Amino acid sequence: MLYDVVIIGAGVVGSSTARYLSRFDLEIAVLEKEEDVCSGTSKANSAIVHAGHDAKPGSLKAKFNLLGSKMMEGLSKELDFSYKRNGSFVVCFSKEDMPSLNELYQRGLENGVEGLEILDGDEVRRREPNLSENIVAALWCPTGAIVCPFELTQAMAENAATNGVEFIFNTKVEKIEKKDDYYLINDSIKTKAIINCAGVYSDTIHNLVSDKKYHIIPKKGDYVLMDREVGGLVSSTIFQLPTKAGKGVLVTPTVHGNLLVGPSATDIEDKNGNNTTSDDLSMIIDRAKLSANNIPFNKTITSFSGIRAHEEGGDFIIEEATDNFFDCVGIESPGLSAAPAIGEYVSELVSKKLNASKKDHFVGERKGIVKLSSLSFEERAELIKHNPSYGQIICRCEEISEGEIVDAIRRKPGATSLDGIKRRVRAGMGRCQAGFCSPKVMEILSRELGKPLEEICKNNPNSKLVIGKMKED
Amino acid sequence: MNYDVVIVGGGPAGLAAAYSCKQEGIDSILIIERDDKLGGILNQCIHNGFGLHTFKEELTGPEYAQRFIDKVYEEKIEYKLNSTVINISNDLKVTYVSKNDGLNVIEAKAIILCMGCRERPRGALNIPGYRPAGIYSAGTAQRLMNIDGYKIGKEVVILGSGDIGLIMARRMTLEGAHVNCVAELMPYSGGLKRNIVQCLNDYDIPLYLSHTVVDIKGKDRVEAVTIAEVDKNRKPIPGTEIEYKCDTLLLSVGLLPENELSRMANIELSRVTGGPVVSDSLETNIEGIYACGNVLHVHDLVDYVSQEAGLAGKSAAKHVKAKNASHKYIEVVPSNGIRYTVPQKIDVENIGDNVILRFRVDNIYTNRSIVLKYGDEELSRRKKKVLAPGEMEQIIIDGQTLNNIKGDKLEIFTEEAN
Repeated sequence: MLYDVVIIGAGVVGSSTARYLSRFDLEIAVLEKEEDVCSGTSKANSAIVHAGHDAKPGSLKAKFNLLGSKMMEGLSKELDFSYKRNGSFVVCFSKEDMPSLNELYQRGLENGVEGLEILDGDEVRRREPNLSENIVAALWCPTGAIVCPFELTQAMAENAATNGVEFIFNTKVEKIEKKDDYYLINDSIKTKAIINCAGVYSDTIHNLVSDKKYHIIPKKGDYVLMDREVGGLVSSTIFQLPTKAGKGVLVTPTVHGNLLVGPSATDIEDKNGNNTTSDDLSMIIDRAKLSANNIPFNKTITSFSGIRAHEEGGDFIIEEATDNFFDCVGIESPGLSAAPAIGEYVSELVSKKLNASKKDHFVGERKGIVKLSSLSFEERAELIKHNPSYGQIICRCEEISEGEIVDAIRRKPGATSLDGIKRRVRAGMGRCQAGFCSPKVMEILSRELGKPLEEICKNNPNSKLVIGKMKED
Repeated sequence: MNYDVVIVGGGPAGLAAAYSCKQEGIDSILIIERDDKLGGILNQCIHNGFGLHTFKEELTGPEYAQRFIDKVYEEKIEYKLNSTVINISNDLKVTYVSKNDGLNVIEAKAIILCMGCRERPRGALNIPGYRPAGIYSAGTAQRLMNIDGYKIGKEVVILGSGDIGLIMARRMTLEGAHVNCVAELMPYSGGLKRNIVQCLNDYDIPLYLSHTVVDIKGKDRVEAVTIAEVDKNRKPIPGTEIEYKCDTLLLSVGLLPENELSRMANIELSRVTGGPVVSDSLETNIEGIYACGNVLHVHDLVDYVSQEAGLAGKSAAKHVKAKNASHKYIEVVPSNGIRYTVPQKIDVENIGDNVILRFRVDNIYTNRSIVLKYGDEELSRRKKKVLAPGEMEQIIIDGQTLNNIKGDKLEIFTEEAN
């Protein structure tokens, strides 16, 4: 078959693009090299919706950040994902750095960020009592927000699938040939147009078809995540003003109530090199301590690393690169914030080029997986009455039921791996980090997918969890 | 629904607590167990060595559990399986969910917390490296092998010399895997001496003390694990790295009492044990709520769990029968080598025949005396050749002695033995 559009990459940008493009009468497929959506940069980042004061005025980063940030709250209601406008501070530790803070304020104004204020140290500490005495002033950004990047991506992808988009996983794009009036991908997939949303590999994909070469420098960022018990240390997101000493790290609550600290920023060579290092971890721990007092690092539950798709040019590249081949290249921070706006923009660009008209029956809303632990006892009781599997708790730490896990598997695109379950319903995301629930989740996956347990993987098909059955005695 | 005593958890602690409660004449007892059978973590401990103190014989985990399960059957004590308690309130209401019963709230006259403990995960240690498949806490590996019947890997490195790690070193070896080494961050093992001998020495598995994992390689499945020696501050010493090609990393790096429910009921927790602060009747700061077993503090031997649970059951029964007893507590204050004690306080107005004071030391000590003192008066002094953090100690104090105590503090410490 001949697709109208193939989107390469099922991260937040690819999924968003798929969602907005599914408003049009087009045959669309998304190709993803991993086994699930949200498996690359989208899964490991600060989970922040930036207010938009960072990017250079006039840049695509500034434009799409602002737009995306404005869209996010409405979208979180339409697509039912976790979002919270908690506001953010950019804190400044020395009088000498005040000009930079003012510059940031001015840049924010120029970018159109609303509600910015510079507050003195005492006022900052009045609002956030756990912040350091050494903070002399801060830029307050009431439009800063936090979001669950997994849910955001899954919501977009599910909504796209509801509207007819096909998701094809475990399919790495190795080859793209330009034929007369279509592209041939991997010798088998035909499409009229391609949208490159390949994250850290977006240069590789672009370079397959274009003579103008791009170069993504993977930039690794390590994070430390702490228990929900201590997520209340700060209520807003605390950035540090970039200085000569470094870019600074953030301290933020997550939408699920954990406390997140990071990231480092280390250029690496391997685009898959998402290993944490002790140097980076100690750096972020030390730097975070500058912002807040008594960060409870003894409540750490995990550390992880994400890779930013930093393009040499420094800005997003969002355009038709060559005939019917569209690029979303270099989508690093604030890419998560910008994703809805990028998706909408690219969908307009592509649909116009393909002369596509809007569908009559676009479904704009999506309902997320019910979160039992957030319901009242009455609501829970009612739900279990209708579906008893909501009464069987599988993950103790996050209190996730079998019903929620089964829902995660049966959705389209649904979870097929342990990580897929974890990112959809948080089973295994708590303080024991899947110690108790792994074997049970593996059993449920095995049962629901009709696969032997030996084939159940952590994520991609090479990440087998067990190596075989024991000898029968 | 109403019960006199609700027991949260049907593992070794819950079973023994229920039985003892019943022996004390309480008939209205309910055990709530989240798994599909009674017995708790013992069901996956298929090695023997359980019950030497209680039954004077060596049983496997499931056999030991069965002895108590049989008693629960015989006494017709009610229990619910596949049922998870999701809330305990300080007015003694227990909320649980299950497929069969939906969501239910039970009013109890007493509650015994027997939720056990959880393993510390890799993340808690900030071990750098990749996050591939093949990294398991030792207990998870134990369950996958012993309950589910799967092999989890061929080439293994184990971090942490806690008892489950040691047991799993032997278990994996017996299943044909090659255990390269056990690395232990501390200069001493956290496990029982007998497990080091029987699980490592007997199989020529090296134990590297003062070592930790500094890198994990492998993007999909573990491919290699690097360990290194650590200095006095537990920082890795450059140049001491050893890399092992392997597909599995097991972690046995500590157990954490599982006290989410206790927190919901506003129960005071000890920063040292991670479990509730209790009196000698094992009552928490919330009247009518008791705790025993690994949810209270991590034990080495299940025999002591059963014994402790027996006391909790008895105390809960007493509470149900005679309300409004008055209390007067004296604090037990550990120092100089003693990390903690359980109980942390003694109710001098309600002292039984004796008080069992259990504790752990904070380091390896040789030739030390353990001294129990009230003011200037020495209540007991016991000499020990070796004291190790991995071995729980206990002192049994005669109730008579304590009856005469006035004041508010009982001191326990170690000092050089002469």
